[in-house]
Formats: sequence, C-alpha cells, structure tokens
Amino acid sequence: MTDQAVTAPVAPRRPRSHAWWNAVNAWLLLLPAFVLLIAFTHYPILATIRHSFFLTRRNGTEVFVGSESYQSMAADPIFWKALVNNFWFALGTIPTSITLALLMAIWVNRNMRGRGFLRLAFFTPTVLPMIAVANIWLFFYTPDYGLLDQLRGAFGLAGWNWLGDPSTVMGCLIVMVIWKEAGFFMIFYLAALQQLSPDLEEAAAVEGASRWYTFRRITFPLLMPTTLFVAINAVINSFKLVDHLVIMTKGGPNNASTLLLYYIYEVAFTFQDSAYAATLTVVLLILLSTVALIKFGYLDRRIHYQ
Amino acid sequence: MRFFGRTMLAAAALAALSLNARPAAAVDLTMYYPVAVGGPVTKIIDDMVARFEKENADIKVTAVYAGNYTDTMTKAMTAMKGGQPPQLSVLLSTDVFTLMDENAIVPMDGLVADKAWFKEFYPAFMANGQIDGKTWSIPFQRSTIVLYWNKDAFKEAGLDPEKAPATWDEMVEMGKKLVKKDASGNTTRWGVEIPTTGYGYWMLQALAIENGQKLMNEAGNEVYLTAPKTIGALDYWTDLSRKHAVMPTGSIDWATLRTDFLEGKTAMMWHTTGNLTAVKDGAKFNFGVAMLPAKERRGSPTGGGSFYVFKNASPEQQKAAVKLIQWMTAPERAAEWSIKTGYVAVSPAAYKTPTMEAYTKGFPAATVARDQLEHAVPELSVHENGRIYKFVNDAVQAAVTGTQKPSEALAAAQQQADRVLRAYK
Repeated sequence: MTDQAVTAPVAPRRPRSHAWWNAVNAWLLLLPAFVLLIAFTHYPILATIRHSFFLTRRNGTEVFVGSESYQSMAADPIFWKALVNNFWFALGTIPTSITLALLMAIWVNRNMRGRGFLRLAFFTPTVLPMIAVANIWLFFYTPDYGLLDQLRGAFGLAGWNWLGDPSTVMGCLIVMVIWKEAGFFMIFYLAALQQLSPDLEEAAAVEGASRWYTFRRITFPLLMPTTLFVAINAVINSFKLVDHLVIMTKGGPNNASTLLLYYIYEVAFTFQDSAYAATLTVVLLILLSTVALIKFGYLDRRIHYQ
Repeated sequence: MRFFGRTMLAAAALAALSLNARPAAAVDLTMYYPVAVGGPVTKIIDDMVARFEKENADIKVTAVYAGNYTDTMTKAMTAMKGGQPPQLSVLLSTDVFTLMDENAIVPMDGLVADKAWFKEFYPAFMANGQIDGKTWSIPFQRSTIVLYWNKDAFKEAGLDPEKAPATWDEMVEMGKKLVKKDASGNTTRWGVEIPTTGYGYWMLQALAIENGQKLMNEAGNEVYLTAPKTIGALDYWTDLSRKHAVMPTGSIDWATLRTDFLEGKTAMMWHTTGNLTAVKDGAKFNFGVAMLPAKERRGSPTGGGSFYVFKNASPEQQKAAVKLIQWMTAPERAAEWSIKTGYVAVSPAAYKTPTMEAYTKGFPAATVARDQLEHAVPELSVHENGRIYKFVNDAVQAAVTGTQKPSEALAAAQQQADRVLRAYK
C-alpha cells in the first residue's frame, strides 16, 4: 500500500502532484541509504571518538579520563612500532602493485593467444579467500620445508626462517600482498584501457609517435582517474590487513609485523580494552580521512576526466 | 503468494514438531574449547560429548572448537560482551583472574553437592583455580613441559640413547654432539629446539623456575622479569643458538616444532606433554620423554586448560555444565583422554584404572609429565593476563631474534607490565 502512495504522485495521470511531494518522495528514496550510512558509519565514528575519552572498568562502568588514553598511546612503543610498520608496508606495497597492475593490464589487453588464460592467472589471487592465501604463503615461507627454502636448498643454501626473522618478515608480507593486489588492480586498468578510443592511438601512429611516447603522453594521462581510484584503494587496503597477520605471524616476531589494524584488533578483542582500542581507531580514522581529503580536495582537480 | 503462505505454514509446523520431539526438560549447553597440540583432538572431544549426551538425554551439548587458547578466550569474552556467552568453556587455567575481573564466571562451590570432589584432583592442578577459598575451575587438559629426545639420533652421535640431559650444561654438551652438518656446512639436525612463538612466556617460566626464580606473586599483581635469575634464564636460552649453536636462530614456531622433531630436524625438543600421543603416532624412530633438565633445581610450570562455568548461564544450565564436567573428568574418561592425547590425567585415581595401568606399563613415557608435577610450579597467572603474556612473549622474541639483549628486552617488558598491573595493587 505504501508503495502505491509513493509512486502515485509521479504517475502522469495525476498532474496535480506538488513539488513538496516530489521532495518527500526523493527523501524517502534516500532514506534507506541514510539509515545505513548513519547506523554503520557516522554513529560509530562519533561513538568511537567519545569512547576514546573514557575508560571502561572491568565491571562495565565508564569513567571520563580526558586525554589520558592519548597520552598512554603516545607512550606505547607497540603503537609507534605498528605505525612505522604500516608506513613501510604502504610504501612497499602501493607503488609496486600499481605498476605491476598497469603492466599486466597492457600485456593482456593485446590480441594474442592464451590471453584468457593469462587474464585468469593474474586475477586468481584476488578471488582466493584471504585465509587460503595466507596458508599458501605460509607454506612458501616455512623454514626448511617451504617452497622458498627448497629452492634455496637446490643451490646448496641453508634454510632461512623467513617469518621468524624481524629483518625479513615485513618483506615477506609485502611480496604476498603485491601478489594478491596487483591482479585485482589489473582488472580496473584493463577495463579503462578498453574504454580508450582506438582513434587516439591510430592518430598518434599516423603522426609517427613512438609507442613509449604514445603511452607517456596519451594512454597514461587518460588512465589517471583509474590510477587515482586504484591508489586510494591501495592505501586503504594497506591499513586494512588483519587476516593474514592472524594466520601467518600474529604480528611477531617482537611486533616486527604488527600493523595498526591488527594492533587494534588485539587490544579490543584479546585484551578486551575497548577504550584504548577506540583511541587507536581515532588515529586510523584521522589517517584515512587525510587520504580522502587529499583525494577530493587536491588530486581530483588535477586529473582530467573524460 | 499462495505457495509462499503454504511453505511458511509447513515450516512452522515442522518447527513445532521438532520442538515437541525434544525431551521435556532439555537443557542446551554451548562449550568452547581450544586445541594447542597435534592429533585428532576435535574428533576425540566430539566423540566424548556424543557419549555424554547419550547417557544424559536431557542435556544437549554444542562443543565449539575455537582455535588456540588465546583465540578461544577472545571468542568467549567477545561472545559474553555480545550478550551470548557459552555456558561453559575450556580456557587456560591462568585466565582465572581475567575471568573473575570481567565477572564472567561462577565458583564451583555452590554448584556441587559434595565438595570432596575437589580433593580428587592433583593439588598442583587445582592450585591455579583456587582463589580466596573458592574453586573457580576444574582441571581438564593439563600439562607440564617435557623434553622429548630422539634415541636413534643419540646413538648415532655416540651418546647413551637411554640417558636424557639432566642439567643445563649437559644439554649444551649433548646438543653440540647432536648437531649434524651437510657437506656445504649447513645444519641438517639441531641439538635442541625450544619454541618461542605462542607460549614463549611458558618456556621462559620453565627456565626461570629451574634457575630458582618465580615469575609472579600469588596475588597476581606483580611479575619479576628483571630479577637476575630471570635474565639468566633468557641468557641461557639465547646462548643455545648464539653462543653454543645447538639451536637455530630466529623464532621457533610452537605449531611446527613437533614436525621438526618427527622429521629429525632436531634431536631434542621442549614441548607440552599434550603432544605425546601425536609424537608417539608420528615418530619413525625410538624416542624418550624426560623431565626438563635442571640448573639450581628441576622444574616446569603446569599448563593447559581447565573448565569454567559462566555466570550468565541459568541455574539449570550451570548444574548441567557441572554434570558434564564431572563426567569428562571422571577417572575412566581422564585416563582415556590422557591416552588419546598425552595430557596428564587430572586425578591420581585415573592412573589406577586398569586401562591406564596397562597403558603406562607398556609406555612408561606417559607418566613422566605426571611425575614432574612434584617439581612443578603454577603457570604464570596475573591480572590482565593476555597483556602480560604479550609483553613477555615480545621480550622472548626480541631476545632470540637478536633484536635486543635479554636484559634490555626483559626490562622493557617489566616496565610495561608494571604500568598495566598498577591498577591491581
């Protein structure tokens, strides 16, 4: 019955429909989205910020402590370790996975034999469940029995404790994430490449432009919106990694592979310290909002959209 | 529309039928349990639970495997905060302070008719759960750390295969003889491995006890990580790899160490007795089980999981939970559980059952962990246990990977622990 009432005014048989009815109609249509947005985004953000100024006692009562949680966060070596790790992790994964994605997309965009197979091969890591990915790579990295060490063994080299050594564990995670993400980003580049008009490339060819010049001055600039989209996703993903850490390293050894979100998970659920977890979450929130601000405030204006 | 209506009707009828099919006074219980050792543990639990249900038709038990000890505790606490806690769970015996602080559990005293039941268990296992004159947990999958050694490797290295190292120095000497290298100088067999991930604090506690140092006080609000003998314990541990080269450098994984031992990659390992049956089933060589070697004294912390009953459960559920616990820990079942896993049977009566007597006669290694109880000390158990464990585990890992000197790593852990424990003094 309600749907009749909602759709009736826009029906052509009722010319007397009022403008305000249209407005109500529009708001009603937006309502579900608003409810979801408020319930799952805005309210949790505000609640988190509020919670970060309180301390939850074990008996459930809340005490206002002001900035005390922020002070103990500033003094928490594991927090700083996680933050620095996250920085290196982002730096290690983002540029490489984007470059690889672009190269792979250009490669499988060509007309050639085995193209479908190649596309499938590049995309497979993305569709695998996270936990399965972690287990596969756990096997690669296992000292002595793992694939890597078996390869090393073939050259007479001793086994290496890849995930158990603070100097290699982060590199191992970075390689795995690049492997997983590049194929995903490739899909966006591939879609973008197929949207490009072949006229431009033909025109460039007529003008005698080299392939590299064509790519640099025509293709790549036209792909910029995609690059931006992919880059934002990559940044967000680099702050989102938890599953793999749970399976592979638990943030160890000695926090060498702890990332911010994993630490938040640990504080919130293993230590049951929701107030401190809220404080850490605010930091994550600020980091991600900054990324969003840079995108909308600066990058969007500098990029040419078709 | 009509079809939909009919389906709904049918579903409702089915639901009503299945409800009616249940015995009138059915009690539903959900139990979380962890697995920290090898072997088909989930199958053993499922089988025991099924038999319990058969004998007690009015009680229905859902046993949920919830990961390792930390994961299980996380799941139980999160479920409780979400308003749907399990009615009983197997959790680390040392989680008792945290569970009490969270107001999550009830003591058993009011739930059993005859308190003589508490006296049936080994006192060393009851010690963790008895606080302020009340009994908060009942031991179930309890353990001590033991030394497993590969007798074939000992023989090959020219050592007496029937004699495990009895002291720290002996373990180093024997370890040196047991290390085997290939033509290009790479080590193919290590002397000994002590796991550093997962339960690093537990292994450090063993070494500290042997060095004559306790790690915590009884009130659970102080830890002694910077005591010279604790530092000495971690020094010895790191020296095994860095100075004596009898143990690999870097961290050694709790979960894969058993495989290392079974594959002959290490001639000795320190591990929970809970792995005994998995080792027995998997070893293609002769092996022995010994008490941990001594420095100033012999020693191991007790370890493993106990049963807890949750506060939110209804009185009927609590009563049913205790019934299940009594059934699971009765001497015959404790013996069966010990034989199938390697965990120490929780009561002396279990060792007097005919099955257990026959088993230990043919396989004396099964009694080592129990005999070690007389040297055992309660496992590290303090307020904010999860946090303190992390600090100690981090320190152990920092030391064995060479990131920090043992004294520095432990000083950092002590400082962080003091900050967290301040609230409980």
